[in-house]
Amino acid sequence: MSDIAVTVPETAKTPSLGARLFDSDLWASFKRSKVTMAAAFLTLLFFLVAILAGVLSPQDPFDPAQLELLNSRIPPLWESGGQAPFLLGTDQQGRDMLSAILYGLRISLVVGFLGVAFSATLGIGLGLVAGYFGGAVDAVIMRIADVQLTFPAILIALLIDGVVKSILGNQLDPMTILGVLVFSIGLSFWVQYARTVRGSVMVEKNKDYVAAARLIGLPALVIMLRHVLPNVLGPVLVIATINLALAIITEATLSFLGSGMPQTMPSLGTLIRIGNNFLFSGEWWIVAFPGIALATLVLAINLLGDWLRDALNPRLR
Amino acid sequence: MFAYILRSLLQGAVVLIAVAFIAFSMFRFVGDPVANMVGQEASMADREELTKHLGLDQPFPIQFLRFLGKAAQGDFGISYRQGRPVAAVMAERLPATVELAVLSAIFATVVGVALGVYAAIRRHGLVANAVMTLSLVGVSLPTFLIGIGLIYVFAVELRWLPSFGRGETVRLGGWTTGLLTKSGLQSLILPVLTLGFFQLTLIMRLVRSEMLEVMRSDFIRFARARGIPNRVIEFRHALRNTMIPVVTIAGLQLGSVIAFAIVTETVFQWPGLGALFVNAVQFADVPVMAAYLVFVAFVFVVVNLATDLAYLALDPRLRAAPTAAR
Repeated sequence: MSDIAVTVPETAKTPSLGARLFDSDLWASFKRSKVTMAAAFLTLLFFLVAILAGVLSPQDPFDPAQLELLNSRIPPLWESGGQAPFLLGTDQQGRDMLSAILYGLRISLVVGFLGVAFSATLGIGLGLVAGYFGGAVDAVIMRIADVQLTFPAILIALLIDGVVKSILGNQLDPMTILGVLVFSIGLSFWVQYARTVRGSVMVEKNKDYVAAARLIGLPALVIMLRHVLPNVLGPVLVIATINLALAIITEATLSFLGSGMPQTMPSLGTLIRIGNNFLFSGEWWIVAFPGIALATLVLAINLLGDWLRDALNPRLR
Repeated sequence: MFAYILRSLLQGAVVLIAVAFIAFSMFRFVGDPVANMVGQEASMADREELTKHLGLDQPFPIQFLRFLGKAAQGDFGISYRQGRPVAAVMAERLPATVELAVLSAIFATVVGVALGVYAAIRRHGLVANAVMTLSLVGVSLPTFLIGIGLIYVFAVELRWLPSFGRGETVRLGGWTTGLLTKSGLQSLILPVLTLGFFQLTLIMRLVRSEMLEVMRSDFIRFARARGIPNRVIEFRHALRNTMIPVVTIAGLQLGSVIAFAIVTETVFQWPGLGALFVNAVQFADVPVMAAYLVFVAFVFVVVNLATDLAYLALDPRLRAAPTAAR
């Protein structure tokens, strides 16, 4: 009995956040998996070069004044005919591929992150409301989710993108198009968050702490956001990671189909769309390097998501 | 069992009506149908007459009911861009997409199940591990990149296979098929591989994990104790019990087959419904968009129904006790 009395105060002491992180199961499983560490390194590297694109790239690919048509279709430096400073060659407008990829990566990542943030906010909000209140609200939200699941996300994104653009008119500046992309990607991915959060909330809301919070008269909004939400966020994190990869793929696909970012401010998908036209004339580098960048980025994020899912799944521990 | 089928049918009808409603609302938000159909010089009187003729002066619910009635007969109006009935335009494109989608589904299921069983039986083998690693890469690669890669290797470098179009097609009544000519078959190979690849990796991983689960269960252990040969255990006893989740996922995946068909058809300039839809979105051709949406929802509902019926065929318990099913 006296042993227990001694140990309680010790565990009650909370170590700092850093110490808790390095002591956790999550960190242990991270250190065990070399593939995961490599994926994390690659992902961070991609984020870093995207942030530093302005410093790293020899050219501003969005500035038409810096493009020389004389420099068009130069092969990569190590091929015969390659010219400095165009390490990865140039496209048909004389745009340096390396610069275009770095800036394009930035756009792909921005659209991906904003799209995930938008869909997660929407999905978590609707899921909380549906799970907490139940009844007719729940039925309406979940039936909408069911109907939306009928359609693949890419189709919905394509459709919303087309409808919004035809309402706004044809002459849109690149930043508006970026906004439309975020909006359409966000609207096509909220269902999974809503379903997951709703399920967890329905379990959580019957627990004693929620009853206690109700008893002391807290408003429903406070209970949902301050007390229930933190307890249902674990699975959301996993979905968000995997959806980041999906959102990036969706943006790239829309841009590839010609419904995404314009040629004047290309994302990785737009670059691949441009390069695809030169596949048969032998200028393989215009499509290959953006393609490799996109594939590596998505693979790295997917590997992280897979690991996170397994590491947070108590059944697999 | 009858109630079970009836409930599936009812759910399908609700989905279809909801989607038809969304498709119908698009006409209100995107452009003005009258302005789309009359010329520049049309007088106000002409416009009013057309508005009346199209029934656009009537209240929203009545218009929606008329739309539903026409849609049920396959009448989605006239394509803004091509000036022909949407139904005719879509019927022309349908065979290309159906051949592509069905062949990819068959390819993905056959190869996916075979590889999945193999990866489960030879769990620690070199080949099985290589296949699993490759499948993770496959899940990550966007469809259009796979298509471009295949075109580069087999059409640009090796020059073995065509990279666009359907090749020569043969007319059989109202159906054009690429399955009867050499160039038609050659043209199918790359698009089918591209479209089937994602499904293949998904089915393979699913079959593998289900097989590993089933192989651990008691009835497999008893089958081994009875001295039944491994092959029979693996393929008759174990595989059959993995089929329910596999059929579910394969059925649900048909939706994404259609989605990726949009991408695949664009990469290979395949004259199917997906490419039609991409064009329709870019030109705000609302009747085609609406018809495509309803079509996809219809396919989804039919596939879901077929999946539910497949459960009945695969799992005798559902047939015996319909009330306990679900």
